[in-house]
Amino acid sequence: MSDDITITIDGIETQVPKGSLVIRAAENLGIDIPRFCDHPLLEPAGACRQCLVDVEMPDREGNLRAMPKPQASCTLAVSPGMVVRTQKTSAVADKAQKGVLELLLINHPLDCPVCDKGGECPLQNQALSHGHPDSRFTDVKRTFPKPIKISTQILLDRERCVLCQRCTRFSQQIAGDAFIDLQQRGAMQQIGRFDAKVLGFADEYNLDDLPEEGDTITRTATDTPTGPAQLDESGETFSSYFSGNTIQICPVGALTSAAYRFRARPFDLVSTPAISEHDSSGSAIRVDHRRGTVMRRLAGNDPAVNEEWITDKDRFAFTWQNAPGRITTPMIRERGDGGFRGELREASWGEALAYAAAGITRARNNHQQPTATNRVGNGVAVLPGGRLTIEDSYAYAKFARVALGTNDIDARARVHSSEELQFLGSQVAGQGIGVTFGDLEHADTVVLVGFEPEEEGGVVFLRLRKAARTGKLATYAIAPYASRGVQRIHGSTVITTPPGEEAALLAALAQESTESTELSDLHTALHTKDASRILVLGERLAAHPGAYSAAVRLAAATGSRIAWIPRRVGERAAVDMGALPSLLPGGRPVEDPGARVDIAAVWNVEHLPTSAGRDTNAIMTALAQGDVRALVVGGLQLEDLPDPTQAHNALDVADFVVSLEVRASDVTTYADVVLPVAPPTEKAGAYWNWEGRVRPFGRALTTSALPDHRVLSLLADALGAPINTADLAAVRGEIDSLDRWDGVRMSAPGNQAASGPKPGPGEAILASWHTLLDDGALQISEPYLAGTAKTPVARMSATLAARCDITESDHVTVSTEHGSITVPVVITDMPVNVVWLPLMSPSSHVHRMLNARSGDIVRVTRAADSTDLQGGDQ
Amino acid sequence: MSSDVGLAPVLTSLWDHPQSWTLKTYLDNGGYQGLRQALTMAPADIVQAVKDSGLRGRGGAGFPTGMKWGFLPPDDGGPRYLVVNADESEPGTCKDIPLMMATPQYLIEGVAITSFAIGCTHAFIYVRGEVVHVYRRLLNAVEEAYAAGYLGKNILGSGFDLDVTVHAGAGAYICGEETALLDSLEGRRGQPRLKPPFPAVAGLYARPTVVNNVESVASVPQIIAQGAQWFTSMGTEKSAGHGIFSLSGHVERPGQYEAPLGITLRELLGMAGGMRGGRPLKFWTPGGSSTPLFTDEHLDVPLDYESVGAAGSMLGTRALQIFDDTTSVVRAVTRWTEFYAHESCGKCTPCREGTYWLKQVLRRIEAGQGTPGDIEKLLDLCDNILGRAFCALGDGATSCITSAIKYFREEFEAGMHTPAAELFPPQRTALFDYTPRTTALTAVGGH
Repeated sequence: MSDDITITIDGIETQVPKGSLVIRAAENLGIDIPRFCDHPLLEPAGACRQCLVDVEMPDREGNLRAMPKPQASCTLAVSPGMVVRTQKTSAVADKAQKGVLELLLINHPLDCPVCDKGGECPLQNQALSHGHPDSRFTDVKRTFPKPIKISTQILLDRERCVLCQRCTRFSQQIAGDAFIDLQQRGAMQQIGRFDAKVLGFADEYNLDDLPEEGDTITRTATDTPTGPAQLDESGETFSSYFSGNTIQICPVGALTSAAYRFRARPFDLVSTPAISEHDSSGSAIRVDHRRGTVMRRLAGNDPAVNEEWITDKDRFAFTWQNAPGRITTPMIRERGDGGFRGELREASWGEALAYAAAGITRARNNHQQPTATNRVGNGVAVLPGGRLTIEDSYAYAKFARVALGTNDIDARARVHSSEELQFLGSQVAGQGIGVTFGDLEHADTVVLVGFEPEEEGGVVFLRLRKAARTGKLATYAIAPYASRGVQRIHGSTVITTPPGEEAALLAALAQESTESTELSDLHTALHTKDASRILVLGERLAAHPGAYSAAVRLAAATGSRIAWIPRRVGERAAVDMGALPSLLPGGRPVEDPGARVDIAAVWNVEHLPTSAGRDTNAIMTALAQGDVRALVVGGLQLEDLPDPTQAHNALDVADFVVSLEVRASDVTTYADVVLPVAPPTEKAGAYWNWEGRVRPFGRALTTSALPDHRVLSLLADALGAPINTADLAAVRGEIDSLDRWDGVRMSAPGNQAASGPKPGPGEAILASWHTLLDDGALQISEPYLAGTAKTPVARMSATLAARCDITESDHVTVSTEHGSITVPVVITDMPVNVVWLPLMSPSSHVHRMLNARSGDIVRVTRAADSTDLQGGDQ
Repeated sequence: MSSDVGLAPVLTSLWDHPQSWTLKTYLDNGGYQGLRQALTMAPADIVQAVKDSGLRGRGGAGFPTGMKWGFLPPDDGGPRYLVVNADESEPGTCKDIPLMMATPQYLIEGVAITSFAIGCTHAFIYVRGEVVHVYRRLLNAVEEAYAAGYLGKNILGSGFDLDVTVHAGAGAYICGEETALLDSLEGRRGQPRLKPPFPAVAGLYARPTVVNNVESVASVPQIIAQGAQWFTSMGTEKSAGHGIFSLSGHVERPGQYEAPLGITLRELLGMAGGMRGGRPLKFWTPGGSSTPLFTDEHLDVPLDYESVGAAGSMLGTRALQIFDDTTSVVRAVTRWTEFYAHESCGKCTPCREGTYWLKQVLRRIEAGQGTPGDIEKLLDLCDNILGRAFCALGDGATSCITSAIKYFREEFEAGMHTPAAELFPPQRTALFDYTPRTTALTAVGGH
C-alpha cells in the first residue's frame, strides 16, 4: 500500500501504515516492548518511560543517525527508513528499561501476595521478565494511608499506583465522567479526587468525610449515585457507569473493586469468554470462575462491538445467577377446589413434565370452540421474555407453533404495539447485519429517537462519544431533556420534545423544507444525500402511536438508515427467530402461506397456525377473559409489563401456568409447574445483538441446569408433539438450514401521529425510561454496584415546578388514579408540561405504582411532608 | 576576542536611575524607538533582522530566536500567540526578575515588536508567582504602555492592535518548561506536553505560539533600533550580543554584570572584586544548577555557548554560582537535588522516582552515613535518568551530581564515614551565626 512506511525493528524490515507508533509496529512483529502507560485505545502519554528504545533515523543525505537519547516507542510515530533497536538488540534500550523498572519499584509496596492484581499484574510480570533480580533501594519508601473509596464499587490504593494515568485518561477520553486526576507533584504526585487535605486547602472545604451509608445526599443538581461516593471533577458526586474499566486497565493493583477485593487469586481462576446478558449490544466479556463459582467478569476485547470497554452492569451484575432464590429442581403446585392454589413442591423432571403436559392439554381441550371474541389461538399462549439466546428463542417459536399450535407468542415484556410489530417485521426481522457500531462511529449524523444512549445503550454511548470526540459525528437527540449522557457526547444537540410528539417532529423533518429554526440544522444534515445518516430508534417509541411509522417515512424520504436498539439482549433474537405473534423465523410473515410452507417443511409438520397471534397485551386480556387458559412463561418480570396489575390478575385466573425460570419471580407465585432453566454462565448459546451480529458464547460452568431449548424440547415430547431442540448443535443446524426469506415481508407501518393528551392544571405528561442501574431483576445481590445507581429523582421544568409550588428542596408526588410516586425533584431544562421519572428505580416503579406509561397524563403535586418520605415505598 | 573586554550594559543601562522603572525614564533614554521603526518595517524583515543578529534564546537552551519565529506556519487567519516565559526559577538564575523589576519597559517594547513580527495580537507574560513585587511592577508598566498608546488598539497609528496579559504562575519550577507553561497558562495542571506538535504549530489553545525568554524578547528593541550589525559586534561569531551574567555566592560584589558573550569568569571576577575574602575558588556553575559544575581550571573558558559546551558544561542562563573552598560540594549538591526532588512534576518515572531516590542517598552521604557502592549507585541512577525523562528537568537534576563526583569524588567517599558538616563546618562559610535547624540524617526519610 502506498501509505505504508518501511522501518526496521531489531533487524527485521517491516511495512506499517503511516502514523503508526513504533510500539504498535513492534507488536505486529511479535516484539514485546514492556509498557505501563501505553494503551491502544487511549491517547499516548509517554509518562512511564518503560518502553524506551534506541532509534536511528536517516538524515537528508540518507545516512543513518542515532537519536541522542532513547525514545519512548509509545509516542514515537514511524518515519521512513527508521531503524529501531529494542531491548532485545540494544544494550542502551535494555539498560534504560531496566533502570525505569527499578525506579518504578522503589516506591511500590511488596504486597503482591495479598494484592488482587498479583498473578496478572503487568508490573509484576515485567519486573520478572525485564527487571533486575535484586533491588538496590535501601532507603525509605513513600507511603499513603488506607485506600480511598471512590464510590461504593471502586477503591484506590495510592501506594501501588505507578501514575501511568490510564485511569484518568479513560475517564476523560472514553467515558467523559472524569472523577480522579493527578494532584501534587514529584514523588507525592498521586491520583485522587478533589481532596482538601491533599491539596492543602482550608478546612472549610471539608470534603474528606464521605457521607455514611444511609445518609441522604442532598445534592441533586445532576445525576447522583444512591451510595456514598467521592466528588467528581465538576464537584458533583461521582457517578459513572463505566468506572469498572479503570480497574481492568490499571497495570498495577491500585484500583480494585469492592466486590472482588481479596476474593481470589488470578491463577486459581478459570476464564471463559462470554457475552454479556445485560443489554442488546452483546458486549464481549470474560467470565472468571473458581470451583464452580463466578468470581468476577472482565471486558473482552472485541474491536467491532465493545472494543475493550463494558458497562459496570456487564462487569459486576452476575450474582443474580446464583443468589438465594435460584430454582434448582422442577416444582409442582396442585390445585384444590375452585382452582385454589396449594404450595409448590419439588418434583422429578418426569413428573413435572407430565404434569405440565397434562395441564396444557387440559386447558387446550377446555378451549375448543372459537367464540365471537376469540377467533385465534387455542387456549394456550407463550411469553418467552426478552433475554433469550437465539437457540432458546427459536425453540420457543417452534414450541408455540408445533407443540401448542398457536401464534400467541410475544417476547416483548415491555410497552409494545402492533405498529412496532409491523416496524420490526418490515425493517428488522431477517435483515442480517444492518447498522453496526462501526457505522455509528463513522456516520456524519446520528439522530437518537426514544433512546437515551448511556442509560439504554451502555457501550453504544461510548462509541457515539468516541465518534464525536475524535471524528466528525454530529449527534441529535430527540428527547425531553439533555441527559448527562447526551451532554457528554461532543457537539450533541438536543431537540427537546415531549413524549408523544416524536411522530410529528419526525414527520416535519421528512418534509422538503422546514421553517423551524430549531430543526433547520438537523433537517439540513438529514437531507444531505452523500452523507452517512443514521436514525437510532429505541423500544420506547412503541408507546407513541405513529412514531415508528414516521421514522420509516423519514428514513425513506432522506435515505437515512435505521438502527433499532432495544434494551434487552434477547429482543433481536426474538424478532429474527419468530418469538412474536406475526413472525416466523427469518422475517417470514405468519400470514404468508409461502412462509408457512417454508417453515413447516423445516419443522416437518403438516401445517402451521395461519392467523397472526396475540401480542403480550392481548394475551393478558384474553387470559383475564378466559379466551386463553394456559400460559407458558419464560424469564420475565410481571413488573416489566405495561400493566402489571392486569398481568397479576390475569395470571391469577389462569387455569394453568408453566414457568421456565432461573430464579423465583412474581410469576412463580402463580405457576402450576416451575421448570428450572440454566442462567447464561451455565449454558452455551448465542445472542443476537442489535446490529444483527451473532454473538456465540460457550458454557462457563458445567452444571446439571438445562437451557430453555432443551426443557422446551422435553415439554414438547411430553405433549406428544416433538420439536427436537434438545441438542444445541442440532438447533443451530436447523436454524442454519433456513434459507434467506426472499418473499414478501410485512408491510411497513403506516400509522398516523395521534394527537397527544393535553394536561390540565396540576397535570403533566409522563416521560420515563430505565436507568442503566435500577431495580432490574438481573442486578440483585450486588450492593456495591447498587450504590453507584443514580438516585431516583423526578425532573421537571422550573415553570411546572413553580405552577405546582415546588422548589428544588422539595419532594414531588406524581400520581394517577392507581397510585403515586414520591421522590426528590430536580429542576431541568425541559418542556413545560412534562415530568420525568425513572421507570423502575427504587421508590419509582412507574408501571406498577402508577399504572402509567410514557406519554400518559399524571398529576404533579408537592409532597405533603417531604422530610417523612426519604425512604420511598420499597 | 580580546581579553580586555568589559561590560556592555544595554538592558541594564538604566538600572542605577532613581526611577528606572517608569515609562518616562525609558522614553527619556530612547525607549520605544525600536517599536516606531519596527512598525514601518515588513514583519518578515523584522524576523530577518533578528535572524541576522544571531540572537539566541537567553532562557538557557540557546536556540536561535529568529529561527524559532520562522517555524510558525503561514497565517491561516486564526490567532497566534507570543508567550513570554518569565517563570525564572532555576537555582542561581536571577536575571529576568531584576530586569523586569528595574526596567520592565524593555520587555514590553520587545513584546510589541515581536508580536508585530509574528502576527500576534494577544501576548502573554507568564511571571513566576512568588515575585509579587515584580508582578505588580509589570502590571503597572503594561498599564502605562496602554495609556501611552504603545499597547492596545492601533498602536502609534499603525493599525496594529496588541493586548498583553500578565499572568502570575502558582509556584512550580516545571512551568518554566515551555509546554508545561502553556498548560498552566490554559488553566491546566502544569506538566510538559507531548511533542510533537511543537508550540510553533499547536501551542497555546492549540494555536501557533512562540515562547521566548524575557531577556531574549527584551533584547529585540535594540537590535531593531541599532541594527543587527551593532548586535553582532558584541560577543563571538556564533554567540553574538550581550547577556546578563548573574554572579552569586562567595564573591565580593555579587550581582548582574551585562557583558558580551565570550567573557570569562576570571574577567567577571575581576569586575566583581574577586572571591570573597580572597579565598580560593573551589567550584562554580556556568549556567545555573542544571549545568555541570566547573572548577578553578575553567576560569578562562570563554562564556559563550560553544566554548562552555566544549568544556563539558552548558552556558544555560549564565547564572554563575561561585563557591569557595569552605563549601562542601556534597552539601551543595544535596540542596540542589532536594530542589529537583521537590520540583519534579511527577509525570514521568525517571524524574519522579529518580530524584526521590537521589535525594535520600545524598542525604545519607552528607550525614556521613553513606554505604560502599553509593557513589556507583548515584552515577548509575543519573545514567538511568539522563535522557530517559520526559523533559529536561530530569536531565538537569543529574548534571550537578555527575560533575561533582567527577571533580570531587573524594568528598563523596568521605561521606561513607564523616559528615559533611565536620569536613566543612558551615559556620566557616556563613556570614552570620549558623544554627542548624535539623541534622541531615533526621531529614533522610522526609519528602
